[in-house]
Amino acid sequence: MPCASDTCRHRPLIQPGVQVILNRMHDEQLTVGLFVTCLVDLMRPSVGFAAVKLLENAGCRVVVPAQQTCCGQPAFNSGASVEAKTVARQVIEAFRDVDYVVAPSGSCAGMIKTHYPELFADEPARAAAVAALAAKTYELTSFLVDVLRQKPAAGTYPVAATYHDSCSGLRELGVKAQPRYLLSKLEGLSLTEIPSAETCCGFGGLFCVKYTDISAKMVDAKVDDIAASGAKLVLGGDMGCLMNIAGRLQRRGLAVEVRHVAEVLAGSADDAPAIGESDVRP
Amino acid sequence: MQSKAHTFTANARAALADEPLQAALARFQGGFPVKRRAAIDRLPEFDALRDAGKAIKDATLANLDIYLEQFEAKVIAAGGHVHWCEDADAARQTVIDLCREAGAKTITKAKSMIGEEIAINEALAAAGFTPIETDLGEYIIQLRDEAPSHIIVPAVHLSKEQVAESFRAHHRDLPAERPLSEPQAMLDEARAILRQAFLTADVGITGANMLIAETGSTVLVTNEGNADLTQTLPRMQIVIASIEKVVPTLEDAATVLRLLARSATGQELSVYTTFTTGPKRGDDLDGPAAFHVILLDNGRSRMLGGPFAEMLRCIRCGACLNHCPVYSAVGGHAYGWVYPGPMGSVLTPNLIGLAGTSDLPNASTLCGRCEEVCPMRIPLPRMLRQLRQDAFASGGGPKPMRAGLAAWAFVAGRPWLYRLATGLGVRILGLLGRRHGRFRRLPGASGWTAVRDLPAPAGRTFQALWTERNGARR
Ligand code: SF4
Repeated sequence: MPCASDTCRHRPLIQPGVQVILNRMHDEQLTVGLFVTCLVDLMRPSVGFAAVKLLENAGCRVVVPAQQTCCGQPAFNSGASVEAKTVARQVIEAFRDVDYVVAPSGSCAGMIKTHYPELFADEPARAAAVAALAAKTYELTSFLVDVLRQKPAAGTYPVAATYHDSCSGLRELGVKAQPRYLLSKLEGLSLTEIPSAETCCGFGGLFCVKYTDISAKMVDAKVDDIAASGAKLVLGGDMGCLMNIAGRLQRRGLAVEVRHVAEVLAGSADDAPAIGESDVRP
Repeated sequence: MQSKAHTFTANARAALADEPLQAALARFQGGFPVKRRAAIDRLPEFDALRDAGKAIKDATLANLDIYLEQFEAKVIAAGGHVHWCEDADAARQTVIDLCREAGAKTITKAKSMIGEEIAINEALAAAGFTPIETDLGEYIIQLRDEAPSHIIVPAVHLSKEQVAESFRAHHRDLPAERPLSEPQAMLDEARAILRQAFLTADVGITGANMLIAETGSTVLVTNEGNADLTQTLPRMQIVIASIEKVVPTLEDAATVLRLLARSATGQELSVYTTFTTGPKRGDDLDGPAAFHVILLDNGRSRMLGGPFAEMLRCIRCGACLNHCPVYSAVGGHAYGWVYPGPMGSVLTPNLIGLAGTSDLPNASTLCGRCEEVCPMRIPLPRMLRQLRQDAFASGGGPKPMRAGLAAWAFVAGRPWLYRLATGLGVRILGLLGRRHGRFRRLPGASGWTAVRDLPAPAGRTFQALWTERNGARR
């Protein structure tokens, strides 16, 4: 239970790095609730396990509340606030007792951190719980760098890569330098920035199926840039964007792999084929 | 202008297939955003300036009545007239009456989005006047009988070849074989024609970038100087402006001007910035004998105090359009009415209603780039989402989507059911997709697979694997 003391480690921390000081003062392990995200849960469990590994390596105890399903963003962004709330209330309950909530997605973390307070603005009785959850929720790479002050990952991963900044992570949570910092010491990995790194890939949740043609035009701009950069691997922190980019690269017959950054950082990229690829030998 | 926003999807599809348009959009993208970035990098206090601009507008909007009446008193004191017009009809009628009073035939016009909003050219033409647009871009689209596709560069959707074609088609008394391949040649030709219009015009109609309450002045920025000729040469000047254009002081106007040009074109200041106060005075050499300001509401006062009030801070810089990936993909005409891009997708449903315009707020990925660049820090994505909520609450949206969302919420709100359903689903899809790792086609997923492959799920959910692994650990 969160306690009232000013210095208690259970108080959600806004100031980066304070957690490191508090960790030195306490022996108890931090409990991090993994918000798996629906796309990782359904499409790519390897990202979830990579996130667990990164968090455990950083000294956290990871729990995965079984009550979670989705953050509610698809409904929220469709204007269906009642439906969004149904799902969001579950998240608020499920993660009440953990020190931090970490999601391998800027989009879902952004939903909880910046949009839950908007969504529940008309329910003052819930305000404290929503604010507490928002304050302790982080995107994975941001949590590792800003809160836990982790050093760049060690290891070897020889590939020419580029990084796609997903919109929510970048603009709602300020995730930009953190993943690049964590990748910076991987031997052999070269990161080339593309001009459109910060431009939306055209995923946008239901947007990509409702406005297929426009979405295709947008992802093509991204894919053109990737192809021109010579990168053989696209990394990012959000499964939605990555599936969109991978799917378009593959449809256009371009041999560029796409992966979630957590897999590379955790050194577990060999555990699963790249997004949309198969490990079945023909 | 009749809204075509209800056919947004079809408009967008046509725009995507329009090669000259796509070429024009591609050329455009490299321009303003890069120049804006450079201009802002040269001004370290830009963000503080944005805060100041926002504060000015917020404070003004909170007391809009007071500033508008102060503005009116100053205009009258300077010898001008102010007309309060509740809607487009009233504004059109007032302009027509004034033009009749002036005995006008030819009317020059400087670029004005309010003019577009109230479709003033059509009304003037129907009433027997000859309105002539004098901004080069506006002149071109007037020849072509098109609407502007951008709020500050109205003809951005055209190539120079298309412009040359229009000039040849309309400037019939010039030699048919004259060279028109260079922009300079076209510019010279338009200048010669417009010069004549300036000299013969009886009434000049302009918009206003700002109205200044403490002086009763109107402020206009252009890069061509056409607005100055439009307002000083004819006998009568009519300024059409919406009510949120007012700022309290000259000082405030200066703050907004510093934001405006940098955000719009990356200039420090537009080439011409003109402050106009009242008609010609006794000892003035130039100026109109009569000076009128039309204050247009057209739905804006309804926005005050509501969830869209912040939209009234908009200074029409166009930065949100220039940085919008959807605007960049389909151009301005697809949006179907006067205001395109993110600002239009918020403004249009507010001004003409959500019925028939609900595609606009939905056709966005909510990527947030518009809010990031907006000099007035307008939370455009939040307002787009609010409009989606309003549309959804009033029963809008395609039926299958509504049913889908309800079913999704039912399942996602019951974790046990969710696990059961998703566990089964990913198992089947995982098996089907295992060999190739992805689907090129999948029944029910054509919105996705029409243009991209769909990765196959791994076959087991994370939750299932996690339970297994932790069971084994224990
Ligand atoms: S909404 Fe903001 S960025 Fe867009 S035109 Fe208005 S002031 Fe400029």
